[in-house]
Amino acid sequence: MGTVPSALKHCLSYQHLLKEQLWIGEPAAPPPALHPGQEFQISGLPDYVKIVEVGPRDGLQNEKVTVPTDIKIELINRLSKAGLSVIEATSFVSSKWVPQMADHTEVMRRIERHPGVQYPVLTPNLQGFHSAIAAGATEVSVFGAASESFNKMNINCSIEESIEKFEEVTKLARNMNIPVRGYVSCALGCPYEGNVIPAKVVEVSKQLYSMGCYEISLGDTIGVGTPGSMKRMLEAVMKEIPVSALAVHCHDTYGQALANILTAIQMGVGVVDSAVAGLGGCPYAKGATGNVATEDVLYMLNGLGINTGVNLYKVMETGNFICTALNKKTNSKVAQASFNV
Amino acid sequence: MVAAKRALPWLAASLRPISSTAAGSLPKQVKIVEVGPRDGLQNEKNIVPTQVKICLINMLSETGLPVIEATSFVSPKWVPQMADHTEVLQGIQKFPGVSYPVLTPNLKGFQAAVAAGAKEVSIFGAASELFTKKNINCSIEESLQRFSEVMHAAGEASIPVRGYVSCVLGCPYEGKIAPAKVAEVSKKMYSMGCYEISLGDTIGVGTPGSMKEMLSAVMKEVPVRALAVHCHDTYGQALANTLVALQMGVSVVDSSVAGLGGCPYAQGASGNVATEDLVYMLHGLGIHTGVDPQKLMEAGVFICKALNRRTSSKVVQASSRL
Repeated sequence: MGTVPSALKHCLSYQHLLKEQLWIGEPAAPPPALHPGQEFQISGLPDYVKIVEVGPRDGLQNEKVTVPTDIKIELINRLSKAGLSVIEATSFVSSKWVPQMADHTEVMRRIERHPGVQYPVLTPNLQGFHSAIAAGATEVSVFGAASESFNKMNINCSIEESIEKFEEVTKLARNMNIPVRGYVSCALGCPYEGNVIPAKVVEVSKQLYSMGCYEISLGDTIGVGTPGSMKRMLEAVMKEIPVSALAVHCHDTYGQALANILTAIQMGVGVVDSAVAGLGGCPYAKGATGNVATEDVLYMLNGLGINTGVNLYKVMETGNFICTALNKKTNSKVAQASFNV
Repeated sequence: MVAAKRALPWLAASLRPISSTAAGSLPKQVKIVEVGPRDGLQNEKNIVPTQVKICLINMLSETGLPVIEATSFVSPKWVPQMADHTEVLQGIQKFPGVSYPVLTPNLKGFQAAVAAGAKEVSIFGAASELFTKKNINCSIEESLQRFSEVMHAAGEASIPVRGYVSCVLGCPYEGKIAPAKVAEVSKKMYSMGCYEISLGDTIGVGTPGSMKEMLSAVMKEVPVRALAVHCHDTYGQALANTLVALQMGVSVVDSSVAGLGGCPYAQGASGNVATEDLVYMLHGLGIHTGVDPQKLMEAGVFICKALNRRTSSKVVQASSRL
């Protein structure tokens, strides 16, 4: 830029531009009509992308501060009102391992259940599954990984052993008509093994899909992926699993998340995981970020003319709420640029 | 008149194996224009001592970057950070094969730049009338007339001129910017003799959708090999926008080491995209840049220490042992 005048954060036109970009609208079900300025749509992209909000579980689980139950419930309720159709609520895992999720039953019982919104919960084993159902869960998730070392370090068993455990859960879930979502961690790299070959990701994804998972979320757990490795991995997986059953879960640790997500949706993926305010640091790189921020994903999708049904402004307000409660700065760039500091 | 390429001893080390499937229709090679020392520092609050600027530029020269925007020959009354322009340009080591363009907003600045040894200059236009009025107190047409004086003098001296167009995806004063306007200004600057036009998303509001729309319009008037993108990361969209530009054939990208330079229009928000993060993406795509990521990170760490600020590069944040 050439010579630049002083800060203009109160400039009316700038605020107007932001309003156009941020799509302030109703959170209710029918996706908003294309904004007059947004008729231009990149061809080949999906008309609609489903956002799976993982802030309350994946996000909070990776935050240092233990969050009071009331705050968790308030967070989830606010997210429900923002138009999100899937909100990962909590995790039925032993509180010894994950103290942040110790209040799983209370959270599940006390959140507002909005019609048309799913509240999946993590269930690593049969015991967790039973507790989840007893607490009122109507959808569950299981977490696999494409790396043997990661599995060993995380849950102290091999990939094969973990698959056996999940099979118990999915079998029972199917009998009860409870949908199961499958996650594959380390899809683009592992903190212990380094490179992860696409064939391994395919193998694990296929196993989860065959046992009955309705959707497979491919996670770049340490955020090392780039559009190149994302493309290669997806090409391999899409040979075995229909793209309509795939989701991407990109971490922004190396700033690559949005570019990776764009690559995925250009290839037909229509489901994206993200976390409000980019909650959840990276446990493998101290001080680094983890989940991509829902606000930033929405900003990109809105700009592409892709419907999501989600009200960006309400998500931003929710992000502001949880960051205040956690006494931390948001990881969302859209929020940083929009809220006067 | 593209900046001369050079053979680098560390080239092999910085190259990642190029996958035949990854590149697709992406360029095999991307020229990175490093704007940290000028655009970056100009938008940093703390004034940086001359020696630090010189050291930064020298470190950047060691990384393999082919173009490093060194300083700006603008009045120190307007931009105190660049008051030492002559000293900087004369004090830096000029690596063979590396270009050190400087900003020259008018004939006076151009003459001072040439006297100080400049071999390449840049001029800044904008696709917004209001932005031009607020910035340099004239219309777009008048600004182009001023530039034609510089172009003429540069032509006589055989000095290449790079043209920048600001506000290509949105303006802090006008809001939306029509792609046709961007195409019009770009065409004029290209016809005047700029060898390259850098299209800047000045306030970072663009997304892959608006980037594609704008580039489609501009590419009808200016050949893609003469185009560059200068994306700001204020809304986190920079790398996604850059990716789309690459997919459309653009092979020159501007960035700033450590993501130097905040956004003057959104207090506390970021501005330029970080060179480290850009290089990470490009190398991951198997695209050749000639840049050594390790040395680049060292330059970023150095300048952040000097500025007493945290890096805006996510790659560096993830890589440091805190």
